[in-house]
Amino acid sequence: MNKVYPSAGAALEGLLGDGMLIAAGGFGLCGIPELLIAAIRDSGVKELTVASNNAGVDGFGLGVLLETRQIRKMISSYVGENAEFMRQYLSGELELEFNPQGTLAERMRAGGAGIPGFYTATGVGTVIAEGKEHHDFDGRTYILERGIVADLSIVKAWKADPSGNLVFRKTARNFNVPAATCGRTCVVEVEEIVPLGSLDPDAIHLPGIYVHRIVAGKHEKRIEQRTVRKREAV
Amino acid sequence: MSEAKGWDRNGIAARAAQELQDGWYVNLGIGIPTLVANYIPQGVNVTLQSENGMLGMGPFPYEGEEDPDLINAGKQTITELPQTAYFDSATSFAMIRGGKIAMAILGAMEVAENGDLANWMIPGKLVKGMGGAMDLVAGVGRVVVVMDHTSKHGESKVLKQCTLPLTGKAVVNRIITNLGVLDVVPGGLKLVELAPGVTEAELRAATEATLV
Repeated sequence: MNKVYPSAGAALEGLLGDGMLIAAGGFGLCGIPELLIAAIRDSGVKELTVASNNAGVDGFGLGVLLETRQIRKMISSYVGENAEFMRQYLSGELELEFNPQGTLAERMRAGGAGIPGFYTATGVGTVIAEGKEHHDFDGRTYILERGIVADLSIVKAWKADPSGNLVFRKTARNFNVPAATCGRTCVVEVEEIVPLGSLDPDAIHLPGIYVHRIVAGKHEKRIEQRTVRKREAV
Repeated sequence: MSEAKGWDRNGIAARAAQELQDGWYVNLGIGIPTLVANYIPQGVNVTLQSENGMLGMGPFPYEGEEDPDLINAGKQTITELPQTAYFDSATSFAMIRGGKIAMAILGAMEVAENGDLANWMIPGKLVKGMGGAMDLVAGVGRVVVVMDHTSKHGESKVLKQCTLPLTGKAVVNRIITNLGVLDVVPGGLKLVELAPGVTEAELRAATEATLV
């Protein structure tokens, strides 16, 4: 079975539909599936719900799909970097479900691991807990959070082999692993597809069982907050 | 810092750095907490966790050495250290929720005498989200809050009860402000230390919360 596709558009062929739930990897603009996001824009699919820690910035990342109004609802922990997002949210055009960051990651992990719900102390006593089942364990109160199973996962890795084994680079791993596991279908974009046998089997970050389609391409990898220190004089 | 009473931002950060103990794994929030890294005492070896998936966070890179794949939770470019380890977001919050992080130092909009913390949302204003703050305050061993004692209009931010939506209920252990250091204890807040030049009467006047 061939998992390698020639383009992001080809890799998404037959997988997209209006109203679907997509889990997307990335943190800020780091490790986002930028090629697949562009291909989703070009497909014209709409009324999407996207579970992603952030919503991109104006003109890049998921901000691209907000501009084209293809997203109906976001499930995110932090959306502060995007003016178009705020405009649509405040005017009521866009629905937003805030999840604490760790709760969102665990919802994806649980969904991918066949666990429909889990108890967490995160958010107890806050608006996040409203309407959720509370349960005490060993004298502490927890709330029930649901696992997420997405129709489609879109993630970005550094390298893949043709069987779908993935290696990520530095902090670009972030949500890509839990997002990849929670999709019924997972499409991965990478910087490089390497030959079978060239990745150390002891150093695979995500086994190919989770990966259905792979596309390689050139990434812009935009930096959101370029922060540097001065070189000391020698 | 020389003429003004109390601590400035860097003074608060330097005082907060005294809270760190050798061997601890620590998470620093955005703002004043980030400055704490500049004041870690000699001989105290702490490992900084960044909740986007890194232990062993290094300083900002030199110009030209920025790596888009290497950022902190504030999305700033950073560097790695010899002991650095990377992991995914679910693993990152497993170590936070699981109590493996000894301390989080976080900013606050309001804090209450029972340890309630509000630092993520002002109703009616732009809402950016809680990020990892709710997970951190619920999961780490000890929560230290660094903040200004009063608002720009002089109103106390150290309250009997928070007015803003909470980040966590009864989660704060210690409060470090420009005026001093307070601990959350049964019945209210206990004065631990006054900032240089600040009198107890001045701190009391700026505090709405019960001081015991």
